[in-house]
Amino acid sequence: MVWQSLDIRRRSATTTPMPQAREAVEVAKLIDISQCIGCKACQVACMEWNDLRQEVGYCVGVYDNPPDLTAKAWTVMRFTEMENDGRLEWLIRKDGCMHCQDPGCLKACPAPGAIVQYANGIVEFHQEHCIGCGYCLTGCPFNIPRLSDQDHKAYKCTLCSDRVAVGQVPACIKTCPTGALHFGSKEDMKEHAEQRIADLQSRGFANAGLYDPPGVGGTHVMYVLQHADHPEWYAGLPQDPAISPLVEVWKGWTKPLAIGVMAAGVLASLIHYVMKGPNEISKETEKEVENETRPE
Amino acid sequence: MRRDPNDLDRYTASERVTHWIVGIGFILAGLSGLVLFHPAFWPFTMLFGSSTWTRILHPWFGVVMAVAFLLMVLQFWKLNTMGKVDWQWLGRIGEMVSGDDQNMPEQGKYNGGQKLLFWLLVLGTVLLLVSGIALWRAWFHFPVEQVRWAAVVHAATAAVMIGLIMLHVYASIWVRSTIRAMWYGTVTRAWARQHHRAWYRQMTGIDK
Repeated sequence: MVWQSLDIRRRSATTTPMPQAREAVEVAKLIDISQCIGCKACQVACMEWNDLRQEVGYCVGVYDNPPDLTAKAWTVMRFTEMENDGRLEWLIRKDGCMHCQDPGCLKACPAPGAIVQYANGIVEFHQEHCIGCGYCLTGCPFNIPRLSDQDHKAYKCTLCSDRVAVGQVPACIKTCPTGALHFGSKEDMKEHAEQRIADLQSRGFANAGLYDPPGVGGTHVMYVLQHADHPEWYAGLPQDPAISPLVEVWKGWTKPLAIGVMAAGVLASLIHYVMKGPNEISKETEKEVENETRPE
Repeated sequence: MRRDPNDLDRYTASERVTHWIVGIGFILAGLSGLVLFHPAFWPFTMLFGSSTWTRILHPWFGVVMAVAFLLMVLQFWKLNTMGKVDWQWLGRIGEMVSGDDQNMPEQGKYNGGQKLLFWLLVLGTVLLLVSGIALWRAWFHFPVEQVRWAAVVHAATAAVMIGLIMLHVYASIWVRSTIRAMWYGTVTRAWARQHHRAWYRQMTGIDK
């Protein structure tokens, strides 16, 4: 692994803080949907760099291919055709891990170190620690991780953390032929997005905007949307994603509380035994029963 | 083997075996489940071969427990129907806990506390089984919102069940000469007369 433990800011199923000494620049991928032509070069680059070969499938009647994310397909173009004010629009969204600042997968994961978040914001699965329970699928607000049928480990986009660690941009960014994909510090990406949004607004997309949902603390993969008021138009991108309150209850303070109550129960039993002594049969009862059953 | 001809038969061999299968299933499902419950219990993974083995085995322990418990329910549910006297007994449970149980309402084979526990365990097992199936991703695929509900229900029910079973075990330790009923099936007459007077009369025909 290229990363040092110094770079790990959060670690799944770990209740004490990770090293905070080193400060890092937060990175982000910016996906400018208005410039995407749906060529899927990013899908190919992802497969190539990560050395993954999704089994060749079948056409399911739409351009999406493969039709969904899999353990071996970490990014997928999702095509949506829609009519807007009498004009045909082809909305093409590159789907994959959003690298949430507050990752639901990491919160839900019960295996120490199976999911980490680096100081630069990248969320990564470490499959050697993964136990295959699928809790990350339950925690994710974006429906991203996939359990492999082959090895029962969970997989998703790594934001090419290995490339980023040595100063390279992710493979998908490197290969994008239209400049729809950008990578850099989150600051710079927001600045770039502003220019793109201003341009789109001047060209009739009054609701153009940045998708950096605050419900998950912002994301390290952001979209420039022509219709930021309707993210759901883009193959169901959630309007206001957040970690489900059910996951918060499931993984929140309730568990330490439950452990405390269980421990208190054991302690209370012990104290009860010490204070009251065992509940034994009284000598009188024993004598009476003896007389009843053995009168001779 | 009959130790004392005066002892009373409380459990048949098949009842005892079923109970121990449920008990062992509960302990194994509990220890492996606690691993998934909170990282404080991570060392328990070593009992099951590895963390991944813990995840693989946990649902099977649960299935064994649930199936054996179903057999137990078929054997025992009739004896656990709650009556008026059981609620009276529960109303005065404070006396029992304080160690002064001489004046408790007369009880049949089971007292109100045991009966209530029985039905709570039935409810808990059903909740654990249904929610556990939704969480068992190796075999089942449910919509994520249902899985989230299942996760909350499963964890909460399991915590309550562990509490109930700790109570069950402590009661059997605290009330002396009880555990032998689960080991070899018999109890002494004195034990029966003190704790389950109505059952004692029914078993012996002695009207006292």
